[in-house]
Amino acid sequence: MTLDVRHHVADAPPRLEEPGRGDRVCWVPPAVLRPERTRWQRTWPLLVGVVVTAALIVVSLFVGVYDVGAEGGREMFAITRVPRTVALVLAGASMAMCGLIMQLMTQNRFVEPSTTGTTEWAGLGLLVTMVLVPGAGLVTRMVGAILFAFVGTLVFFLFLRRVRLQSSLIVPIVGIMLGAVVGAASTFLALQTDMLQQVGAWFAGSFTSVVRGRYELLFLVLIVCVAVFVIADRFTVAGLGKDVATNVGLNYDAVILTGVAMVAVATGVVTVVIGALPFLGLVVPNLVSMVRGDNLRTNLPWVVMVGVWIVIVCDLIGRTVIAPFEVPISLILGLVGAIVFLALLLRQAKHG
Amino acid sequence: MAEPLATAPGRIPAPPGGATAAGPVEADAPRRSGAFVTAADRRRYAVVVAVLAAVAVLSTAGVLLWGNEAEPGSRAFWMIARMRVESLGVIGIVALCHSFATVSFHTVTGNRIITPSIMGFEALYTAVSTVAVYVLGAAGVAVLTGVGPFLAQAALMVALATALYSWLLSRPYGSVHLMLLVGVVLGGGLAALSTFMHRLLDPNSFDLLSARLFGNISNARTEYVAIAAPIAVVVCALLWLRSRRLNTVALGADAATNLGLHHRRELMVTLLLVSVLMAMTTALVGPMTFLGFLVATLAYSLVDTHDHRFILPVAALAGYAVLTSAYFVLRHVFYAGGAVTVVIELIGGITFLVVVMRKGRL
Repeated sequence: MTLDVRHHVADAPPRLEEPGRGDRVCWVPPAVLRPERTRWQRTWPLLVGVVVTAALIVVSLFVGVYDVGAEGGREMFAITRVPRTVALVLAGASMAMCGLIMQLMTQNRFVEPSTTGTTEWAGLGLLVTMVLVPGAGLVTRMVGAILFAFVGTLVFFLFLRRVRLQSSLIVPIVGIMLGAVVGAASTFLALQTDMLQQVGAWFAGSFTSVVRGRYELLFLVLIVCVAVFVIADRFTVAGLGKDVATNVGLNYDAVILTGVAMVAVATGVVTVVIGALPFLGLVVPNLVSMVRGDNLRTNLPWVVMVGVWIVIVCDLIGRTVIAPFEVPISLILGLVGAIVFLALLLRQAKHG
Repeated sequence: MAEPLATAPGRIPAPPGGATAAGPVEADAPRRSGAFVTAADRRRYAVVVAVLAAVAVLSTAGVLLWGNEAEPGSRAFWMIARMRVESLGVIGIVALCHSFATVSFHTVTGNRIITPSIMGFEALYTAVSTVAVYVLGAAGVAVLTGVGPFLAQAALMVALATALYSWLLSRPYGSVHLMLLVGVVLGGGLAALSTFMHRLLDPNSFDLLSARLFGNISNARTEYVAIAAPIAVVVCALLWLRSRRLNTVALGADAATNLGLHHRRELMVTLLLVSVLMAMTTALVGPMTFLGFLVATLAYSLVDTHDHRFILPVAALAGYAVLTSAYFVLRHVFYAGGAVTVVIELIGGITFLVVVMRKGRL
């Protein structure tokens, strides 16, 4: 019998510190308990997922105010619908992945760019760049956002190392507070430079303004997505904790730094081009690992697909609910994400 | 210490016969264990109160008189002063509400980090008002301003808050950490819900709504002051009268129950009063996330006592002093009156992070 190493990784206890209240310590994912499945049994759910994703993409391409079949429809299709759908796929996939990486690196299930302040830092970076370099182009703004997101995420990680926590639930609370402080700083800066109204429009994530020529930078996150697939196993090992990871020959700090950089790039780019997508990175990995357990590499395609599904569905709601106007997707995500998050929390509290 | 032991009686438990052995001079002293351990603490408390009162009086005078060019005593002078008194009254109510609500909330939840604002009490109020306007339509904005509707909205919010948080504190979920995270997420979700509904409203009625329903500290909803002030004062008085119960609750659920207190009921009553206070302040000036935290932390570090009879007034006084001096400096020195809320949020937020970092554990 051949041994599948990945299952052992999934089997290992997820953390070494003293477990706090509310931590999931000994829950064994159903996937591990089941007998070894054949290749076909492992593949067909993935195919179903791909078909669902493709169907949603097609729906997204053909929903909107402008009738694509009418005169000039083909042109409109190329100018707005295709860029918008591509942006939806890229943003959904990358933000869901960011959540997954951050959860592995912090060993905490409630961490994602919007519960660690990373999104707010990126927004502050965008604003600071706008103030320092008036009339800055998209690239300059993006560099500023990425730099600030990087520094902000490092600040949060530094905090996690310094503070001993009684409960894993405290981590997102502190992160959200950090985000609120950074947000207040942004508001103050915007108030002083008379940019408050623009800032409100920037930070609310929306795909409305995604048209040809204005979203191409988003393809940068594709690099991050591919990189995550390539070094997925390292993140899985890093998720076992610093001691275990170092013991099996991993350069722990380098992996963490790489992870933070990848999260910063993805968050910075998405914040500049789209805006904030709250709770996405938190809800998706949790839903996936509830069903499939904690094996990062086999979960990755699912995290990507579920992220894309949620973003497309929320955007479709935003497009249709007050058509011909639109509701920013961040509001719908904030609402839906908060409800799902609360359901996850309370469910875990009842069972744990 | 130069003090003889007999004058610092709280330090050591007196023996059973201590009262008689101590002699007539300290007859009432040896068996007392009051709010302050030593006489030095008591003096320090008096000094703190005096300093805060001085700051409050100075900044009040500054707000009233600075740049008031009219001749003192003339009609123009009093007109200007009266306008400013109104904002000072609003600041007073806001400071009172936030400080009392936060300190009581800290005590009943057994933590000194999370405040009612962070828990989403204010977001709940905003959501209730927005849903009301949404259901009643644009014409509803006119219907919804006034004393009766204001009280109805506040009552609805208080009922919802009490139901929600008592459910969260009940058996299967009885962890404070969980409740806090739920509150934070709930606050975010409710804020998203309100904004979402704002978007669904047509722009005209939204403009009307935002102008009528939500204020900030330099543009407060002054027509509610007449209702909000008495309610806030009565509720704060109630909380202050319950100080001794709060002192007992602060010992923890087990100890409080052992001492004969119905812990869960105390929790519910306090949360109810806290939500009334939060409804009043949100109606007047809108949400202020970190003010309560700033003021309560200031009070804890200034006053070295567990006794709520002494903490609560100091917190309120500190709140008033901080808000008036910020208002004075920003409005009359930097000419940026609208930024008061933002600056307080910034300072309060940084204090929050520093406190968490210095504590080292949570």
